[in-house]
Amino acid sequence: MAETTFSAGLLPDDNAEHVARAAEQASVRTRWALSLPSLLIIGIFGIVPLLVIVVYSFLGAAAYGGVEWRFSTDAYVGFLFQKDIFDDTLHFAPDYLQIYLRSFLFALGTTAICLLLGFPTAYFMATRPPAQRNYWVLLITIPFWSNLLVRTLAVMLIIRDEGLLNDGLIWAGAIQKPVIMLYTNFSIVLGLFYSYLPFMILPLYASLEKMDFRLVEAGFDLYATRGKVLRRIIMPLALPGIVAGCMLVFIPALGAYVTPLILGGGTHLMIGDLIGQQFGSGRNWPFGCAQALILMAFVLVTLTLYVRLSGGKVQQHG
Amino acid sequence: MHGQAPSIAPRVAAAGEAAISIERVSKSFGGGEDIVRAVDDVSLAIRKNEFFTLLGPSGCGKTTLLRLIAGFEHPTRGRLLLDGQDISALPPFKRPVNTVFQNYALFPHMTVAQNIGFGLEMLGKPRAEISATVDRMLKLVRMEELKNRRTSQISGGQQQRVALARALAPQPKVLLLDEPLSALDFKLRKDMQIELKRLQHETGITFVFVTHDQEEALTMSDRIAVMNKGKVLQIGSPRDIYDRPAERFVANFIGDTNFLDAELESFASGIGTVRLPSGARMNASLPVDAAVSNGKVSVVVRPEHARLTRDLASAALKGKLDTVVYFGTDTHYHLKLASGEPFMVRQQNTRDGAAAFAAGEDVGITLSDNAVQVLRD
Repeated sequence: MAETTFSAGLLPDDNAEHVARAAEQASVRTRWALSLPSLLIIGIFGIVPLLVIVVYSFLGAAAYGGVEWRFSTDAYVGFLFQKDIFDDTLHFAPDYLQIYLRSFLFALGTTAICLLLGFPTAYFMATRPPAQRNYWVLLITIPFWSNLLVRTLAVMLIIRDEGLLNDGLIWAGAIQKPVIMLYTNFSIVLGLFYSYLPFMILPLYASLEKMDFRLVEAGFDLYATRGKVLRRIIMPLALPGIVAGCMLVFIPALGAYVTPLILGGGTHLMIGDLIGQQFGSGRNWPFGCAQALILMAFVLVTLTLYVRLSGGKVQQHG
Repeated sequence: MHGQAPSIAPRVAAAGEAAISIERVSKSFGGGEDIVRAVDDVSLAIRKNEFFTLLGPSGCGKTTLLRLIAGFEHPTRGRLLLDGQDISALPPFKRPVNTVFQNYALFPHMTVAQNIGFGLEMLGKPRAEISATVDRMLKLVRMEELKNRRTSQISGGQQQRVALARALAPQPKVLLLDEPLSALDFKLRKDMQIELKRLQHETGITFVFVTHDQEEALTMSDRIAVMNKGKVLQIGSPRDIYDRPAERFVANFIGDTNFLDAELESFASGIGTVRLPSGARMNASLPVDAAVSNGKVSVVVRPEHARLTRDLASAALKGKLDTVVYFGTDTHYHLKLASGEPFMVRQQNTRDGAAAFAAGEDVGITLSDNAVQVLRD
């Protein structure tokens, strides 16, 4: 006992360090404990299924769905090549690649339109008096109150040949025959744009709302025209929001399933529908798994490029 | 459009030539019952190369007036002339006027040098010229070493200098300063006051300075416009404003003042004779730009323009000393006059302290011949 007191008195620093280290360890343990539930959820519902998909993609397809437990790379080979039914030679077949390209272009177009129309909307919201802003945010989130499927069917009802839009235009005398909008590229991009617009507006709003609008005045004061103020001051300051919004729209749009299925009428497949088909009528689970992984790799590569291009700028004034 | 906007080399202007004329300008916000007249029928002329200060309490309309000159607001009525040209309808980016903002409003995504060069860049100046001007400006505000820093990496005082350099770089005809020193601590503020005067002297640019700090206004300005409730009450040199306040509000807002009720008995050519409550007759200065008539008037006497005396017979006013507050350089004597009004005398201290008076003493007050100022109201 006496010795303890003695050493504690003589070496206070050592003791303090001890206490500090113990506290540090305790806080690390607490942090792990607190994050455990989320980690478990991610592990059980994220990583385990992903591993299942990886394994399945390397198995053979059973005739009526499911998998045969033999190693096979057919799923990956089948993505790019077609086996000749007579001599088993492989021919390059870009059919699936085309679907990927189409999906990519649809997602890109959707993102661009969302940004183009979402930015002014978010800017408008961010420049309202603070008391009003929450109402605008609420209005933006109203579509989430109903199911995506219901909303997509509503779009269908509006743009179909005997829909609200065509009937209205015919009634007004603007057109004689209905304009065919449903089951076209237009209807798919419209549906995607409609579904994902809030995901663009909300992050844009969040970053514009934080912006000091006196900087805009400073820009005007220093001879910047409206366009220059937008490009040189507002856009750079809203960049984190632009990056986030584009990711939040592009990624789900690329893998969209319901929208192209309903509004594309099965004629303009996107990746999501292709994958869905493999588990349904296609009865080729390994191929579906491989598609899912290829899509994931594709998103990963696109995002890496995107973040590398825009991320540096975001960090500059983080 | 860009190249020609402002091409102003500092030049010596003829005395009295107006850089900015504000002609019967009003600015209202809101409408109907809730209408707020932030600026109410203001007319004034700011001379070239002048350090002009808009002084007043918060909400007096001084910042709105500055924003009207900058172009962030447009007048409800009246017009603004810059060098004789009507600029009332021009947007801010077409006015050769730059602003130093209260919170500096530096662009956080740009370096110090990029901030300073922004205005020139927007005017479409060649790169070499921008870089030369930026270097000159950095030198002017003594910030050469911090050229490539981000604005978030420099102190408040340094940000202030960058804001000044940024606003001066395009060589505006008029520099507007919106309480630029209010965010700085006392010592830094004193330094920046001297710095601002130096910059104005070196650049020859007209400065319009907004402040609520009367001391700042008195020490820095060539002329001051005192504002209250959207109106300009008095325009004059710091000395005019301090020594010859025209109204009660001006006298009260700037420095300590003694107000007395008096009676104007006669007047001629700016000088009148007033009878003080004590019965003593004094010469008094009349307000510069207002008609007066004989009868009841308010007069003011600055505390340091009065002296205490024990010779009651020759004193203009008599009273009893209430409290004596020692301030080092001077002593403040608070009296109660025989007529019941409070009165303050500020007397400079001397080393021997011979003239010290004690609380409770009956004393007289002598006033020099031009100490009494008659107010307009």
